[in-house]
Amino acid sequence: MHKPTPKDFLVSLLVIVFGWQCIVWVSGAPSFILPDPVRVALAFYNNFGLLWEHFLVTASEVLIGLLLGSLLGALTALHLTMSKTAQRFLMPVLVLTQTIPVFALAPILTLWLGYGLSSKIAMAVLIIYFPVTSTFFDGLRNTPQGYLDLAQSMRATRWRILFQVRVPAALPALASGIRLAAVYAPIGAVIGEWVGASQGLGYLMLLANGRVKIDLMFAALIALCLLTIGLRSIIELIGRRIEQRTAPESD
Amino acid sequence: MASKPETDPLRFHLKGTFRHGRQVLFQDLSLTLEAGQWTCLLGPSGVGKSTLLKLLAGLPSGGEFSGDIGASDAQPIGSRIAYMAQSDLLYPWLTVYGNVVLGQNLRGEIEDGERANELIRQVGLQAHRDKRPHQLSGGMRQRAALARTLMEDTPLVLLDEPFSALDTRTRREMQELAFRLLQDKTVLLVTHDAAEALRLAQTLLVMTESGLEVQDIDAGEPLRQITDDRIVASQSRLLIRLNQADGADA
Repeated sequence: MHKPTPKDFLVSLLVIVFGWQCIVWVSGAPSFILPDPVRVALAFYNNFGLLWEHFLVTASEVLIGLLLGSLLGALTALHLTMSKTAQRFLMPVLVLTQTIPVFALAPILTLWLGYGLSSKIAMAVLIIYFPVTSTFFDGLRNTPQGYLDLAQSMRATRWRILFQVRVPAALPALASGIRLAAVYAPIGAVIGEWVGASQGLGYLMLLANGRVKIDLMFAALIALCLLTIGLRSIIELIGRRIEQRTAPESD
Repeated sequence: MASKPETDPLRFHLKGTFRHGRQVLFQDLSLTLEAGQWTCLLGPSGVGKSTLLKLLAGLPSGGEFSGDIGASDAQPIGSRIAYMAQSDLLYPWLTVYGNVVLGQNLRGEIEDGERANELIRQVGLQAHRDKRPHQLSGGMRQRAALARTLMEDTPLVLLDEPFSALDTRTRREMQELAFRLLQDKTVLLVTHDAAEALRLAQTLLVMTESGLEVQDIDAGEPLRQITDDRIVASQSRLLIRLNQADGADA
């Protein structure tokens, strides 16, 4: 597959912006329904300080949530790997919890944890916990049999096999789990902010909407996109390093 | 030499019956690995060669074995084997050096770096000591796996078609290197390659459904020249025997 270069990204970005402008022209939508790109760019520029302030709030919710959720997910996957009992009893519960739409929990979390950071962090954690757990657990279970045979023929203990064979072999799987999480975590945080908050980009969007500052609302949306893209790029970078270290047969 | 034997080489044996569910894979089989010699095991696929190897290695074999596996010094064999397979099984996240000292690390022992470096030198990888496996060619990877196997310094070495994925020339070099470096060990080599077996075996066994049979090689000691007339003759006899065994399977 051809790897997109920064130039490719720039071209597709221009196409999107141009398409957006075309829709504005063709539909003749008023600026309080669909503002044109220039207006949004201006709103972004004029409100940069405000956006930055709320950006920092959402970013910290997302980062803390990502960290905690990944940590919890990874620990759960390790626990599941080492304990047959956990596999029997914990796994079905985990799968069952996935039938609950996490969004529906947002009001409850706000009720319990208040309007501050913690309810949003909890949302982010809840939304990424399962993807991280299941991808890492899959990775831990699918260690190549040959690696395990070799370790066993060398008389490694169960714990050493876990931490020196299974875990390193499963790191690429964990990395792809965290990659997924980096996309989901902002969703959790923003939904948390919509349900009840006094800060953050999600809150700013609602506020701008209420005051018919649609251009500001779009600017907040773009700030949110930038947050997700930034996060993804960092995770991608780390993930690729991990994959290089644990490079599979070819390449 | 890297592997100074602390004791004399040992003889190993495996006698018994192996069942796979209800199906008997082999019955009252008796395998003896002569001390300090290369025993090569040939036979059609599915006859149980790899199972034999797994049993000796103490690995899960997916069936039930009843019988006796032991060594001539009457000590348990469990901890005294090293195992090398067709795929090199180098851990991709470790360097060549890290892979060579893997056994010691997995047992929580202190790394013997000096010995590891010496073995890496003997297999000719000193310039690649700190590279990761994916940076090496197939032959180099198999040499790293050989160094890792030698590092274990066990009296019994089990080789499961370790050279079969290599090209002809690299394979010949690997055979020579392995034979030279594993001199004082008791070695079991499972292979599909009749020429390889004829080149390396001190005892050559063919495994069929009815058990093991010894094939004589009257052409001197290994490493034999496979172009030698006598080896060519042995090889055609052996191939005829293997074809019969295959036919019996069908």
